[in-house]
Amino acid sequence: MSFPWAKEYTPQNGVMKFFDEKLPLPRFIYNAVGAGYPVPRNLSYFWNFGVLAGFFLVLQIVTGVVLAMHYAANTQVAFATVEHIARDVNWGWLMRYTHANGASFFFVVIYIHIFRGLFYASYKPPREMIWLIGVVIFLLMMATAFMGYVLPWGQMSFWGAQVITGLFEAIPLVGPPLKTWLLGGFAPDNAALNRFFSLHFLLPFVIAGAVILHIWALHIPGSSNPTGVEVKTESDTVPFHPYYTAKDGFGLGVALIVFMTFVFFLPNTLGHPDNYIEANPLSTPAHIVPEWYFYPFYAILRAFTFDFILPAKLWGVLAMFSAILVWFFLPWLDKGPVRSGHYRPLFRKFFWFGLIPVMAVLFYCGGAPAEEPYVMISQIATAYYFLHFLVILPIISSIERPDPLPFSITEAVLGSDKKAVLGENAEPVAT
Amino acid sequence: MIRLVGILVGLGFTFVVLLAFVTGAYTAATEEVAETAEHAFHEEAHGPEAGYSFDGVFGTWNYAQLQRGYQVYKEVCSACHSLKFVAFRDLAQLGYSEAQVKAEAATWQVPGINPDTGENEMRQALPTDYFPSPYPNAVAAAAANNNAIPPDLSLMTKARHHGSNYVYSLLTGYQQPPERMLEDFPDAAPGTGLYYNPYFANLNLAMAPPLTSDGQVTYADGTDATISQMSQDVAAFLTWTAEPALIKRKQTGLPVLGFLLFATILAWFAKKQVWADVKPKRRKD
Repeated sequence: MSFPWAKEYTPQNGVMKFFDEKLPLPRFIYNAVGAGYPVPRNLSYFWNFGVLAGFFLVLQIVTGVVLAMHYAANTQVAFATVEHIARDVNWGWLMRYTHANGASFFFVVIYIHIFRGLFYASYKPPREMIWLIGVVIFLLMMATAFMGYVLPWGQMSFWGAQVITGLFEAIPLVGPPLKTWLLGGFAPDNAALNRFFSLHFLLPFVIAGAVILHIWALHIPGSSNPTGVEVKTESDTVPFHPYYTAKDGFGLGVALIVFMTFVFFLPNTLGHPDNYIEANPLSTPAHIVPEWYFYPFYAILRAFTFDFILPAKLWGVLAMFSAILVWFFLPWLDKGPVRSGHYRPLFRKFFWFGLIPVMAVLFYCGGAPAEEPYVMISQIATAYYFLHFLVILPIISSIERPDPLPFSITEAVLGSDKKAVLGENAEPVAT
Repeated sequence: MIRLVGILVGLGFTFVVLLAFVTGAYTAATEEVAETAEHAFHEEAHGPEAGYSFDGVFGTWNYAQLQRGYQVYKEVCSACHSLKFVAFRDLAQLGYSEAQVKAEAATWQVPGINPDTGENEMRQALPTDYFPSPYPNAVAAAAANNNAIPPDLSLMTKARHHGSNYVYSLLTGYQQPPERMLEDFPDAAPGTGLYYNPYFANLNLAMAPPLTSDGQVTYADGTDATISQMSQDVAAFLTWTAEPALIKRKQTGLPVLGFLLFATILAWFAKKQVWADVKPKRRKD
């Protein structure tokens, strides 16, 4: 893996030498995210978000483990233990707000990461496996986040769990018993809360494992880049450290400033007030909404209101899951030879004027009450969402005439790449 | 092949969702959506004109106000509403001394047991006790209040949109139902035991106006106890009960952001320096 000009790790002292011989962990790190990993020199700040996602995963695990020391997954006391954390545990309020807003920012970062992948078609060969693992990570994140939101046992926790597990009821024949089996009862109760806590603790480590596979798969072909032109020579790359550690360090600083502004000054803005009311199975909130990061998929779920052969609810469930599953097939749906949206005039138009506004609309409608005109708007947006990935993308990737690509990454950055064209020893030609 | 299947699946979902759109649009075009009283008469919560001392990035607690608010809670609200996540020891955060907290706790009765016989009995509260509920259980609370259980107030200002303003607006917002509403929506007229308040989600609530006249509470610090004053004081107190760490949070946030800003500027220059040798120089010619 990696390129022939990747720097070789040389242990600097006896201790590191000892390690390198017995357990080459330093060498592993050096080759993964150190100077031993050559990276295209032209990455924009959009390539920051993988590292940021890794940061938020670690942050969630650290704050989550601390919170778990003070939390009790029992419907009698769960709500009170969360308040105990916020009131009596030293810096507990900070841990809790960091964890709650950390989940939101994890999704912000991951959405930007995914849409960067969509625009630059990072899912295309030879990087299909990275993309597939990435979609798996996203699904695991959704499951983890959903179960985490149930743990405080507030009104939205309870009713969100009721609605989401209720979706399984739409499955013909096995639906109702499946739901009962998943919840360990006929409605969310202690059994459900307990298993959700167990899984909410487990899944982040599964995600961490999947992230390792994701990065492993990334290191086989190396990172993509904004031109979509593969690395040709050494001058196309720079070592990850110090170049991208420095760049990611700055990006992390900016992300933390925004994140901490929410944690310290707007900690409840992204949440729902109803979750400060203890769960009450006898009182249904006026508007049940999931966390904001599920809004687009919630909008798709609610867009299907017409029984066509199958019940509308089943259509909604199928569509909601398909909306994410369709991402698994992108490497084979988008057949165009050029990756980067910068060189795909038709693709680019549909991306910026089709997909992005439609996602924004779905985000908005998913949080709005289920009444007109929001339902009609989300129906149009849902139609476009499926058309975009399943119809428009396969067609434009066949008929599109891409713009001319730069010869190499170096040429894209410097304007010319004489060494690559004329050979290593070429003298610069005066122009 | 995969693309053909994909196109068919995509067209399938599109067809079904557009079918739903057409039926929805037909319904919307042919059936008029009935205007509701809630939509027409519900009003957005607003705070007192001067705002609250804890508003904004540099906000602080006004301890005198919190103490007044506690007095209003104790003398008015606590007759029906519990405050179960707040302990008497927490009152020390309002500027009371240890002895004052002890004395204050002793003015409350909490359920306990007789140390000799084990019989249930009421005893004086200690600073470690939590505020007691005025009712022994939910059934008793409902029975005493026309079937509406008075909610616990500990988290009230976080459990409503714009909570501090909501409490103030609700307490000062009781009024006669507007004539126009009674004409247009006769069903929305407050029923028996309900009171009209445009700040309440469905306009009529079971809580009788708790603050009815100026001077209902006699403030120890001599502040003029108007209804507006008592309302904003208790709203401030409930903001504290909902989040005792509110001010500490803001005061911690400022240096954290200052440090991050500084570190990020340093990181920017470090990044510039590291990249100086590979960034293309802008040509002068």
